[in-house]
Amino acid sequence: MNPDLQGRSYPPTAPYLVGREKVREFARAVGSADPLSLDVDAARAAGFADVVAPPTFPVVVQEATLAQLLGDPEAGIDFSRVVHGEQRFRFSRPIVAGDELAAVLTVTSVKTLGGNAMVTAESAISDREGAPVVTAISTLVVRGDE
Amino acid sequence: MIALDTLTVGDVVAERTVAVSRDSLVRYAGASGDFNPIHYRDDVAASVGLPGVLAHGMLTMGTAVQPVMDWVGGAHHVLDYQVRFTRPVVVDPHEGAELEITAKVGSLDAAAGTARIDLTVRFEGGTVLGKAQVVVRLG
Repeated sequence: MNPDLQGRSYPPTAPYLVGREKVREFARAVGSADPLSLDVDAARAAGFADVVAPPTFPVVVQEATLAQLLGDPEAGIDFSRVVHGEQRFRFSRPIVAGDELAAVLTVTSVKTLGGNAMVTAESAISDREGAPVVTAISTLVVRGDE
Repeated sequence: MIALDTLTVGDVVAERTVAVSRDSLVRYAGASGDFNPIHYRDDVAASVGLPGVLAHGMLTMGTAVQPVMDWVGGAHHVLDYQVRFTRPVVVDPHEGAELEITAKVGSLDAAAGTARIDLTVRFEGGTVLGKAQVVVRLG
């Protein structure tokens, strides 16, 4: 892989429209019982426009940015050698159904450790107005030749 | 609503055992869009040297935080959530896998009105997540 990857950014992803049923489907898949994720009336009673996504839902939006990185021939990352090492979400506000989100990935760190490389990528996810919603940070471990 | 001054560092705020089956993996694959076949095909998992079909790390991360969501009163309280994936969760086709989740108060910030909750997730006696921390806003 390319050791000069640090600092590289990719263009914003196509807008992702957060669907109510997608939020519910995701909530059920992670075993959520949160009424605000499942019940529109409960979400509205709590002051939200629609159902609120579970904390790990941003990965659905982040995925398109990781595809940009892993699909970039100049990055030279062999997907078959990639292991998910760390994940973090830092919220400015929760994701709510109806949000239209775009993400910009920046490679913030590249380290080599033994024969492996650790690539940390921050995907800044913002709404229609460009206001920050959540930053999704992944550290990928790229295994070296065995 | 949980008052910060009722909490002490080290308090266990939630404990739960969650069963993960192959069905759970297929459901999560569809919901998340992560269709890596190591999460549902034994032959593919074996061909890349894995001990079996693995749960998505993101399913483990998403599942582990739910007891905290129930305690704190919903996903909108979460300000920050991070984990390290330290050990894979192998999901047996018949028996599935059991995740034992414990959530403890790691630190409190009265000025910010936030608590850091530290998660321990065990599978077959060993932990599968490291530095699993969720910062929640109380009240």
